[in-house]
Amino acid sequence: MSPVTQVPAERPPVALAPTQPITLHINGQDHFLTIAPWTTLLDALREYLALTGTKQGCDHGQCGACTVLVDGKRINSCLSLAVMQEGADIQTIEGLGTEENLHPLQQAFIDHDAFQCGYCTPGQICSAQGLINEGKAKTEDEVRELMSGNICRCGAYSNILTAIMEVLGNKEDGAEVSNAPMPKQEWSAGAARAEMGPVEPAK
Amino acid sequence: MSQTIATPPSIHLDTDYIGKPTSRVDGPAKVAGTAKYAAEFNVPNLLYGYVVSSPIAKGKITRIDAAPVLALPGVRQVFSHENVPHLAFLDRSYKDDVAPGGSPFRPLHDAEIKFSQQPVALVVADTFELARYAASILHIEYEEAAHETELARHIDDAYEPGRGKTGYKPPKSRGNFGRGWEQGVAHMEARYSHHAQHHNPMENFATTVEWLGDKKLKIYDKTQGAFNSQQYLTKIFGLSKDQARVISKYTGGGFGSGLRPQYQLFLAVMAALELERSVRVSLTRQQMFSFGHRPETLQHVAMATNPDGSLAGINHFAVAETSQFEDFTENVVGWSGMLYDCKNVKLGYRLAKLDVFTPLDMRAPGAASGSIALEIAMDEMAYAAGLDPLEFRLRNYSDFDQAEKLPYSSKNLRACYHEGAAKFGWERRSPEPGSMRDDNLLVGWGMGGGIWDASKQPAQVLASLDADGHLTVSSGTNEIGTGTYTIMTQIAAESMGLPLEAVTFILGDTTLPESPLQGGSWTAASVGTAVQEACTALGEELLKQAKKMDHPAFKDAKIDDVQFANGQLRLRSDATQAVVLRDLVQASGEPKIEAKNSKLPGLIGMVKPPKYSMHAHNAVFVEVKVDPDLMTVHVTRVVNAVAAGRIINPKTARSQVLGSVVWGISSALMEESVMDHRFGRFMNHSLAEYHVPVNADIHDIDVIFVHEEDAAVNPLGIKGLGEVGLLGVAAAVANAIYHATGKRVRDLPITIDKLL
Amino acid sequence: MNSFTFTQAPAVDAAVQESVAHDGAAYIGGGTNLIDLMKENVARPTHLIGLKKLGLDAIETLPDGGLRLGALATNADTAWHPEVEKRYPLLSQAILAGASPQLRNMATDGGNLMQRTRCYYFYDLATPCNKREPGSGCSAIGGYNRIHAILGTSEQCIATHPSDMCVALAALEATVRVSGPHGERTIPFEDFHRLPGTTPHLDNTLMPGELITGLDLPAQGFEKHFSYLKLRDRTSYAFALVSVAAALELDGNTITAARLALGGVAHKPWRDQAAEALLVGQPATVDTFRRAAAKVVEGAQGYGSNDFKIELARRAIVRALKQAAEMNQELDSNAFLNSNP
Repeated sequence: MSPVTQVPAERPPVALAPTQPITLHINGQDHFLTIAPWTTLLDALREYLALTGTKQGCDHGQCGACTVLVDGKRINSCLSLAVMQEGADIQTIEGLGTEENLHPLQQAFIDHDAFQCGYCTPGQICSAQGLINEGKAKTEDEVRELMSGNICRCGAYSNILTAIMEVLGNKEDGAEVSNAPMPKQEWSAGAARAEMGPVEPAK
Repeated sequence: MSQTIATPPSIHLDTDYIGKPTSRVDGPAKVAGTAKYAAEFNVPNLLYGYVVSSPIAKGKITRIDAAPVLALPGVRQVFSHENVPHLAFLDRSYKDDVAPGGSPFRPLHDAEIKFSQQPVALVVADTFELARYAASILHIEYEEAAHETELARHIDDAYEPGRGKTGYKPPKSRGNFGRGWEQGVAHMEARYSHHAQHHNPMENFATTVEWLGDKKLKIYDKTQGAFNSQQYLTKIFGLSKDQARVISKYTGGGFGSGLRPQYQLFLAVMAALELERSVRVSLTRQQMFSFGHRPETLQHVAMATNPDGSLAGINHFAVAETSQFEDFTENVVGWSGMLYDCKNVKLGYRLAKLDVFTPLDMRAPGAASGSIALEIAMDEMAYAAGLDPLEFRLRNYSDFDQAEKLPYSSKNLRACYHEGAAKFGWERRSPEPGSMRDDNLLVGWGMGGGIWDASKQPAQVLASLDADGHLTVSSGTNEIGTGTYTIMTQIAAESMGLPLEAVTFILGDTTLPESPLQGGSWTAASVGTAVQEACTALGEELLKQAKKMDHPAFKDAKIDDVQFANGQLRLRSDATQAVVLRDLVQASGEPKIEAKNSKLPGLIGMVKPPKYSMHAHNAVFVEVKVDPDLMTVHVTRVVNAVAAGRIINPKTARSQVLGSVVWGISSALMEESVMDHRFGRFMNHSLAEYHVPVNADIHDIDVIFVHEEDAAVNPLGIKGLGEVGLLGVAAAVANAIYHATGKRVRDLPITIDKLL
Repeated sequence: MNSFTFTQAPAVDAAVQESVAHDGAAYIGGGTNLIDLMKENVARPTHLIGLKKLGLDAIETLPDGGLRLGALATNADTAWHPEVEKRYPLLSQAILAGASPQLRNMATDGGNLMQRTRCYYFYDLATPCNKREPGSGCSAIGGYNRIHAILGTSEQCIATHPSDMCVALAALEATVRVSGPHGERTIPFEDFHRLPGTTPHLDNTLMPGELITGLDLPAQGFEKHFSYLKLRDRTSYAFALVSVAAALELDGNTITAARLALGGVAHKPWRDQAAEALLVGQPATVDTFRRAAAKVVEGAQGYGSNDFKIELARRAIVRALKQAAEMNQELDSNAFLNSNP
């Protein structure tokens, strides 16, 4: 038998940082929160704002379930602090479309059965919107690579690919993809073509 | 979404949904993010519990210094073995529906440490962040004892397990393998192994307990069986079923991990009862490596063939790990006595006790492991006998279950072989390893296949038609991604002649009729049959109501004389004699007319000896491309042909098989939980280092459902699809790699280092 | 995760002053590794200094023809920047071989240099680790070390640096610009990261309070002949087992300049100038590449599960050099798909 210590006894608690009021601009609305700096954007959404469409899969940037769009760019919300996102335009799955008014990506995911348990799905869809905003991926191989930051344990990858290719294809055909208004966005850097603007957060 | 149906008989409303590709009825909720999972019920005044895990694999806790943690404002309690309340005493109170033989693990029961990452304390605080921080500074001292976690060192003291676990069949040998081996003209013999695997569903385990006062709890649990969680809780905590209502509407992936209650359920309920508050406990991804897993196995296969290529003998032996406290058993080798025709079969299966948590069923438990060895061995045997691997399997095709000495209720594996091979283009394969190239890349084609039980459990379903003509069908089963909501809606809609929009299927709540665990590929057959039965019973009630209404056409009608179509009850002999279903309810004066199927769980199914062996089968064909210098492997093409009876929904069914193929590729090439035996601890406990495929790893996958009718298996002819598609995939990848490179890797996963 | 206070620094000087004033302060850029480590309790800062308002995200051409990458430019913006794509495609390719699109959108160029190792033992408080807790021992030696270093190791640490971007920066001879309590200075990339030696807890040569403000790339971008080859356990979203940044200048078939750096094999991005010297003046043939590869792995040492990396590195170097020499601009324009063999 040998002794093992978990957490040194000499490590005293640190003083708890005070909470502070912050404003997060999410899906076109300002949300006022009083939180401490240690709250991640993901936890702020899920635990403080009841926006549970954004999922927690690993909490370490290793799965993509928590993907949201910040200023039009996809990020892992689990690795960002809420206090770092003041002033940013945050868009979550709830702002992309609703059950009654689905975004084309959401509809394509249903049409092509691009999910099973549904847990990675909001992250996949937000990521796909980020991919469209970036405008870099056009071929199947490119979409596969640039969707590789979202793990789907149910293994729906080929259907996810089909769904995204369909939406990308519709864009190339010139069809209207977004059901939300798409005014010019300052943050739309990366869109390959002018008509491929990012989706405007619901106002 | 209620819709009234009153269609004139001249219009035919197509409500024949069974067998048609149907988009998921829960799709909008899932893509919109409104489907709620266990950790997403933000009930008022919620406290958060954070689990502290043991750094050692064996020993005991000697000291816990909770005082500095409790002094933090907002920390409510630190639970450990020192202050856990007195609970049920007997082991049997801790046994869930699928507990194997032995003594189940009791969280925070005593100071003893039985496995690395064992939960040793629960810190409960006002916020998640505070609970997490407080848990990180909890000072605990241990006395560490020597542990044993290395299976290879315990082959000699492995033992034959007793029955113990539901569904486990001790393997039966037959004939005389030794004689078969001696008479054989070609032989193969090899050892196979694979590492432990963790399910890693995307949703971490979590339980939200809502305290409703007076020990009444509403429990949102991540589980594959709400009733299993409920009965576990009622026994341990002495709660009534009313006090322990378990709800699980959506489960973010199961794969077997939710078959047994995980410890966050116990901890959350215990904390809620002690603190008389609502509590949520979520596990971290690292803690997802702290409980049941697919056990590591070490296997040995020997085979011999006669001059005509028929199998002269099969010998398949496996040793698997289990914990010190329970005997986890699964059917690893039994399939080797069923899949191919062979008189002389010797099978053996043993367990070795290690200082790990008890393994747990994981997608195609046993068969996934066993088929790796069996199907690579078949490939090796085919090469030794100078036969094409497909031809070799066809020569050893079995039309009769030699293990159970029963005919198959149906078996169309032959069509899987033929249709799969044709789609894949197998006839263009040149047999010599390394003989096929695509530009600079080596091309390999390999195949495999498998067999899985088509089983059915008793389930209860309530069908209820309201005065708007909307049908609600309910059963406490689960949705883990398999499409339960959708196919049950299809079956009910077709049974009652209603459009999908007029039917709602409700699940995942212990206040609903009882349903078995969501596992074993039996939900479609079990609950689907019960849905059909409940609809039939509802039909009888509706007919009774029609008779009460003095409708002359139905006066002497029996249930077989009527049909449900176009939202109406009508005579088979004269479709114009019809009454709208909604009108029947309205005329009854009741808000709804409802009926249950009559079979209660646990009462049937074991009485009569079976007349048939009931199984689903598959054959899978895989193409890999291998860089000859760097030995990187890409699976470029897969054809998986499945014989699984009637397919209720080809769309969701295909997804099940697609997912299985991804699992097989994962198992073949990347997935393993790596234990450092010095610490007795799985070290790659993250999704960064526990590799499962990403989108870029997955290329063309073709799924074929061959025609298979089966009236014996159940009235709907369903065999289940959750597991069968996985079988043989990993072996087929390994066989394809051999075909590409001439390298036979028998220790999975086949990572780059094993090919250099 | 520790409790900590947070401020958004308005300017570089203020950030540095704040860092000096607070014990246990840390700068936070994208946060992709720091927050990860804080959740694991491996990093326990008590004060975070946000850098978002410093600007420092510009990518601009320098008078000497080089390119300056602001420390806070994101990895994604850098990889997709037209000047980087055109003049330093090796850097684009390396960045895009790393992490995921989401992480690249968050991670900053300065932060990329500050990534800590992905060693399992470093991440797990239940096991000894000299890097995390000096003097506690190295669990990777004698343990599960499949992802660990084969070059420049010490008896105290065999961890690797996980970055892809840094491998390209090493090959391109970038310069790191820092500001600190004693003013500004520049650090040649070669000198930025350390080998473990007896101080494995120190990843780099930054002084306390110093902040990376930018990265300068010299004018020579090797845009005609380059390759970033990454070998990993899955096709994407995995750290390198071995990666190679190769860059050549050719006159006909004769190599006139060469750069060779490896990732996944050492405690720092491993540039080998001796191997580069063996390439210069030689014909661009497989034989030449093999000699360079042999030179790189000359002193390599395996620790059991990572023994394979020596042979893998050798083969990967030859392949990367071959790809660089033979590359066809037209075919190879697709940066983010090319790192995989």
